[in-house]
Amino acid sequence: MSATIDQYQAIIRAALENKIPLQIRGGGSKHFYGNPVAERHGTLLDMTGYHGIVDYEPTELVITARAGTRLADLEAALDQHGQMLAFEPPHFGAVATLGGCVAAGLSGPRRAAAGSVRDFVLGVRMLDGTGEDLRFGGQVMKNVAGYDVARLMAGALGTLGVLLEVSLKVLPKPAVEATLCLLMDETAAIEKMNQWAGKPLPISATCYTGDQLFVRLSGAEPAVRAARLKLGGEEVQHDAVFWRSVREHTHDFFQPDKQLWRLSVKSTAPSFNLSGEQLLEWNGALRWLCSDSGTDAEIIRQIAKESGGHATLFRADAARAAVFHPLPPALMKIHRALKEKFDPAGIFNPGRLYPGI
Amino acid sequence: MSAQELVNQLRSFLPPDAVLYETEDLKPYECDGLSAYRQLPMIVALPHSEEQIVKVLQLCYATQTPVVARGAGTGLSGGALPHAEGVLLSLAKLKQIIAVDPLARTARAQPGVRNLAISEAAAPYGLYYAPDPSSQIACSIGGNVAENSGGVHCLKYGLTVHNILKLRVLTIDGECLEIGGDSLDSAGYDLLALMTGSEGMLGIVTEITVKLIPVPEKAQLVMAAFDDVQKAGSAVANVIGAGIIPAGMEMMDKITIHAVEEFLHAGYDLNAEAILLCESDGSAEEVADEIQRVNAIMQHSGAINISTSHNEAERLKFWAGRKAAFPAAGRVSPDYYCMDGTIPRKRLADVLRGIEELSQEYGLRCMNVFHAGDGNLHPLILYDANKPGELERTEEFGGKILEMCIHAGGTITGEHGVGMEKINQMCSQFGSGELAMFHAVKAAFDPAGLLNPGKAVPELHRCAELGAMHVHRGEQKFADLPRF
Repeated sequence: MSATIDQYQAIIRAALENKIPLQIRGGGSKHFYGNPVAERHGTLLDMTGYHGIVDYEPTELVITARAGTRLADLEAALDQHGQMLAFEPPHFGAVATLGGCVAAGLSGPRRAAAGSVRDFVLGVRMLDGTGEDLRFGGQVMKNVAGYDVARLMAGALGTLGVLLEVSLKVLPKPAVEATLCLLMDETAAIEKMNQWAGKPLPISATCYTGDQLFVRLSGAEPAVRAARLKLGGEEVQHDAVFWRSVREHTHDFFQPDKQLWRLSVKSTAPSFNLSGEQLLEWNGALRWLCSDSGTDAEIIRQIAKESGGHATLFRADAARAAVFHPLPPALMKIHRALKEKFDPAGIFNPGRLYPGI
Repeated sequence: MSAQELVNQLRSFLPPDAVLYETEDLKPYECDGLSAYRQLPMIVALPHSEEQIVKVLQLCYATQTPVVARGAGTGLSGGALPHAEGVLLSLAKLKQIIAVDPLARTARAQPGVRNLAISEAAAPYGLYYAPDPSSQIACSIGGNVAENSGGVHCLKYGLTVHNILKLRVLTIDGECLEIGGDSLDSAGYDLLALMTGSEGMLGIVTEITVKLIPVPEKAQLVMAAFDDVQKAGSAVANVIGAGIIPAGMEMMDKITIHAVEEFLHAGYDLNAEAILLCESDGSAEEVADEIQRVNAIMQHSGAINISTSHNEAERLKFWAGRKAAFPAAGRVSPDYYCMDGTIPRKRLADVLRGIEELSQEYGLRCMNVFHAGDGNLHPLILYDANKPGELERTEEFGGKILEMCIHAGGTITGEHGVGMEKINQMCSQFGSGELAMFHAVKAAFDPAGLLNPGKAVPELHRCAELGAMHVHRGEQKFADLPRF
């Protein structure tokens, strides 16, 4: 560990004094994500120097690490004890850090079965907008003392504070995993995924792309074997490679020259009639849309809203629309009020989430 | 505004029987499940629609009248303790399950719906609502959201916060917020997490969308007796270390085993210092595999007696003793006081030893039941409220247990909430910076501080007067300074 909390506090105090915003950054692997407003002015607050695992006891199912710890190092430490981050966070690069993972709040293929990043956050240590060193939550599974500020940090994109340490619940890796592939159209796939999710089956991930439904089974060997017989389909060889490509967006579906929308919706929402290609995950609750840049953001957002969710312009070469779904005024008022409490001078990643936040 | 004027105003939009103000009518609302704390409210309002709640809140906001929300009143921390100059807002009449969507596996319910009623409504579709606090036949889903309730199955299935999707929330000025969505995440800050467990301090929840999950095909239970608490604790760690996440993992100490066995005859080993109940659920194949492994681990960990349930009746019989722990405490003692700390599991033996020492010191018996999988400890202090000074001694004993939990690296409340009861211990668990931030979060929702005032987060001056010292992971700040 080369950086100290004192150094970060000094940078925050200087930023307050000089009224210069801070761009909080881990490895920079998710730098593309969010509105790019503060980019041109502001000081870089590099968290990579604040790294290392603080505490890990496998039988307690809890790991605590500094924010600059590489996600790959964290997962390697867990792997040694047959454990994992059950929300399967996307790295989007070898340099990805724990702090960036929590701040971005993104979860991977196992999310619908196991839960999201925020579901696994147990506690944080952070610096607020005045540089004060604060701890919320803890290192135990059940804790209702005080408001759940720790989980509030997940997905806040650093706009409420600088994460220093995070404690996460971890889980054992399943004994066996197998993936089945079934041919069907999208309507049938949406129905099947939701029906199966309502049955006691060990399904840990689903993905529908190019007329193929991929279903991953995880658990004890007899349970996986029994489920494989119930569901049918062809078994996929080297399935770990497939799921990694979905998680890391290296699958052929994700074309870098197109713009990528992320529609988070009710899992049973019928197929969307939108131009471009779609890939479904999470039993239909997550739909990626790869489209030409001309696609109307308003239409996409309307459809996502009518389907009980929201749409994010996940990747685009130039920001043609706001990245995140606009909030109703009453909710925006609460967001502004919270931002004002945690970061009164508005120095942390201003505008990355919403204008004025 | 006088109480009479407020009653008149409330009666302009609520039926006469939905506004209570006579002492005998207020009496049933003077406490929640923590009966040691009592206070009559000024008025009780019992609206039966969201529209009426909006009007109650607008009136209270305009007249700066405190509002305390109440569900079924089963809470154990005094979170629904009324305010003498306030309106007690009962949500008990909002008890409709609005919709069950079997394919999407969700249910929409009003806040007064009982926890168990949701699972009953979902049962025809082979689905249920997972969090199962022991009061689930009575407690309301709105109250569960306010407290982030758990239950015996939460290591595997999560707490309330992991099992809800969307809330309709009214702020104190009557404005409606839709928090979360029918999707698995939503845009902006995770206000769903912030609202869950906020103890009625931030807003009034008027509708909850919960997740439903498939009823497991099968459940089976292993009961293992140990002649040493430390061995039982190690057995829990060994199960988890072997990669097993049991559906439930409960521990009882000797005094509890004797108290329940005496009148329930669940078949518990009376020679045991501790009994572990370890439940496995899932598909038949999964359960058979897991039960076999759990049995081997218990044996290897030194259990003196192991039984496995062979049928549903036997499984329920083994559980019956654990579920009867609280009533059993009520049988062996005129009163009991339930604590709710969480500790890292590895510290269990130390903490139980510490509780035993305190028990001797205070001359009060203490039964211990433990959600062993997630480290949530429920010491039940046995006392007699009719003996002068005994309640006070009990509270002091309880306070010391909670401080011990903090020292062990845990927390003062795992699932019952801070409410009125643990407000002093909040000063030990958090520093002034964290407490100030909690007040700031409340102010972001409720700047005038009208919702459930005085609960959950202590005023900083209160902590200063108590002289309570913030302790973190057993380390005192400025540990090298002399203390007197």
